[in-house]
Amino acid sequence: MKIDLWILGFSLVTVGVTLWMGFWAAGKSRTASDFFVAGRGVSVGWNASAISGEYLSAASFMGIAGMVMSSGYDALWYPVCYACGYLFLLLFIAGPLRRFGAYTIPDFAEGRYDSPVFRKIAVVFVLFIGFFYTMPQMKGAGTTLAYIFPGLPYWVGVVLVGAVITFNVALGGMKGITLVQAFQYWVKMFAIAVPVFVLMAVYGHYGRQLGVNGADPAGIPAEARKPLPAKAPSDAAWSQPFGPLTTKAVAASTAGPIYQGPMVTNRFPLFADLRSAAHVAALKTGLAQAPLAVFDGSPVPVGQLLYNYASAQVLANLLDPSPAMTLELAQSLEGATLSPPPSTGGHPDPSTSVRILKGLLDSAGVTVVRDGSRFLAFPTRDAVVRKLDSRPYALLYTYSLIMALVCGTAGLPHILVRFYTNPDGVAAKRTTMWVMILIGVFYVFPPVFGVIGRNLMPELYAGVGAKGTDKIVLELPRILNERYGVLGSVLSGVTCAGAFAAFMSTFSGLLVSMTGALAHDVYGRILRPGSSAAERMRMFKVFAWLIGGVATLLGCFVEPLQINFMVGQAFAIAAASYFPLLFMSVWWRGMTMRGAATGMLGGGVAAVIAVSVTNFSDLGWIPLKAFWIEHPLLRILCEQPAIWAVPGAIALMVLISKATRREVPADIRMKMLVLHAPEALGLKQEYIREHEAGH
Amino acid sequence: MQTPDSPQGDLVHSEAFLHSLMRRQLRLSVFCAALFLVMLIGLPLLNYHFPEWMSVRVLGGFTLSWFLLGIGVFPAVWFIAWFFIRRSMALEREEIAEVARTAQRGR
Repeated sequence: MKIDLWILGFSLVTVGVTLWMGFWAAGKSRTASDFFVAGRGVSVGWNASAISGEYLSAASFMGIAGMVMSSGYDALWYPVCYACGYLFLLLFIAGPLRRFGAYTIPDFAEGRYDSPVFRKIAVVFVLFIGFFYTMPQMKGAGTTLAYIFPGLPYWVGVVLVGAVITFNVALGGMKGITLVQAFQYWVKMFAIAVPVFVLMAVYGHYGRQLGVNGADPAGIPAEARKPLPAKAPSDAAWSQPFGPLTTKAVAASTAGPIYQGPMVTNRFPLFADLRSAAHVAALKTGLAQAPLAVFDGSPVPVGQLLYNYASAQVLANLLDPSPAMTLELAQSLEGATLSPPPSTGGHPDPSTSVRILKGLLDSAGVTVVRDGSRFLAFPTRDAVVRKLDSRPYALLYTYSLIMALVCGTAGLPHILVRFYTNPDGVAAKRTTMWVMILIGVFYVFPPVFGVIGRNLMPELYAGVGAKGTDKIVLELPRILNERYGVLGSVLSGVTCAGAFAAFMSTFSGLLVSMTGALAHDVYGRILRPGSSAAERMRMFKVFAWLIGGVATLLGCFVEPLQINFMVGQAFAIAAASYFPLLFMSVWWRGMTMRGAATGMLGGGVAAVIAVSVTNFSDLGWIPLKAFWIEHPLLRILCEQPAIWAVPGAIALMVLISKATRREVPADIRMKMLVLHAPEALGLKQEYIREHEAGH
Repeated sequence: MQTPDSPQGDLVHSEAFLHSLMRRQLRLSVFCAALFLVMLIGLPLLNYHFPEWMSVRVLGGFTLSWFLLGIGVFPAVWFIAWFFIRRSMALEREEIAEVARTAQRGR
């Protein structure tokens, strides 16, 4: 495959404009204050676009579509919770934090508890969450470059993009970022919306594309849907809640044929379906890649239970039950022997046998497809019985995911910093309203890519890493080339440009907040408190290169993990550390420094350990697969720890604070007033005066 | 503790003021949060208990559940945000007016 010049061209223009804006803005940013929080004087429109631009990461732009395509319905929780999380931030945290006025979260922590110790803990989490969040951005970068330059190794793309963005940040600081990110929001919005409308106009609208899933395969025209490969989830699992995303952990534990006695479910008439020729054909095309076994009448070695259930004769009867089947036949299947089909004849009640067999096959998770004179047996995806068993787990997973995403948004360091760039509280609220609208509109579009991609580009299901479903947004518009010449390449170029805007803006924002934390908090406050502004500026650049380098290195390792999955984990860590800190500090005056620090450290570290263990075992670095199979519940709680880590952190905060009640800051009432009273009352200035007088 | 020329008088620094301030704000926030938590908690429950209803096809192919989660949620979120912002700005105005009234009475 050669390089498509349209795609390359659009991508280069985006990168070029971003870099140029960075340079241009660098000439304008002079003071240290400019460098860190963009001088606080940014208008509502610019700021709302910039926040949205920073918020819409590679996860939003590429990851959601990829995950909707690979997992279906459950992945919709991601965009919804990203948006709801922002609302949560608005309701509980944004206003008070703004009134309190500080550059960074570590500043807030120190101001609220009068303790420099806390600053150190807070900085550690800026870095933790930041690195976890940069990894998916890097995966997005590597995937995009591997798409634009076919054959380019994944890691080269990561290193290239990492270097360019780091260079840009080291030059521009945040003033540049505000302008660049506002611009990039509109690039992303345009890049996701326009191809969606064109694709829907050509291939059918969102609802129609969805309707194809689960419809009678015979009634679907060939151009509306290509056959699904073996690795794709079935229609039922894909379009319904509690599908592969949330049941993965449990499904892994029941993988392999496990039979626990005859079990008949009439809810899902699997074999009635099998008998319709159209359905058999659909199953065959969908599943024909790797049969567990081929039964052609000759004896099959006994090994898996599956083998015990099926023989050519049995299946012939099952699919076409004209010759009478014997009860003995069915019973013999329960034993461990597989013999050539026993002779038929004798018992007059075929329906009983069929019923028992159905139950056996169902509970073994076997699907049988007739192929001429042979019968192919496949493992049934979402075997009916398993699906029923795993639903409570799936519900738990769903809630844990929701909690991580909603609370995690409220604790993302690079988003919170942006609230300080508004001139006043009213502007901050108006900005937030606009952000809600801007990101809400955006989030309707990415799932459409996933849905259309399932129908028209199912071959991506077979790909792994950078070649998998995460690149659907980039590649899908290209199918238009079949009908309208170069249009597909142009639109694919547009979405690539959007992807560049996505991971560049988020990576820049993260880099600024992480570097800011190191330069401003660690260097400026802890290591060299007396350093001059010029020295801090110089250190900002050094740290930018350092952090950028580490993030790039980490990005090289995560190719096998899905973009959105990693973001979910970054959010879980934020949810268990920053969110309880901010929420409780703002609304409960009984919090003490020790309580806050213990809770944040405890919740955050527990979440980091849990998700790291999951990731390491998924990457194959630690052997835990067998353990997960035995303990599916633990697997869910580790993979998505928010549901226990967030309440745990809050409980820890309350307990320790109660135990250290005497340490509640003496001027807590004044602090609370500053946090909650309208800014027009001028309490902030009064507070600063008193504070300076008191020290 | 207060500067003598403080225009607001003592009300601002009283325990009662802070208490009512925080309670009113928290009540508004919790009310709004409850609205969207009902959606976030309720939808999985509906999916869990009424899978047949939630997979009814609406509007040319969407399952009901997909339509609610993929599209319907966002206008609801905007409405809650709009409502909250309007109420909280009104709340701030009320608080400022209240302080001003008390200050006048105090003179």
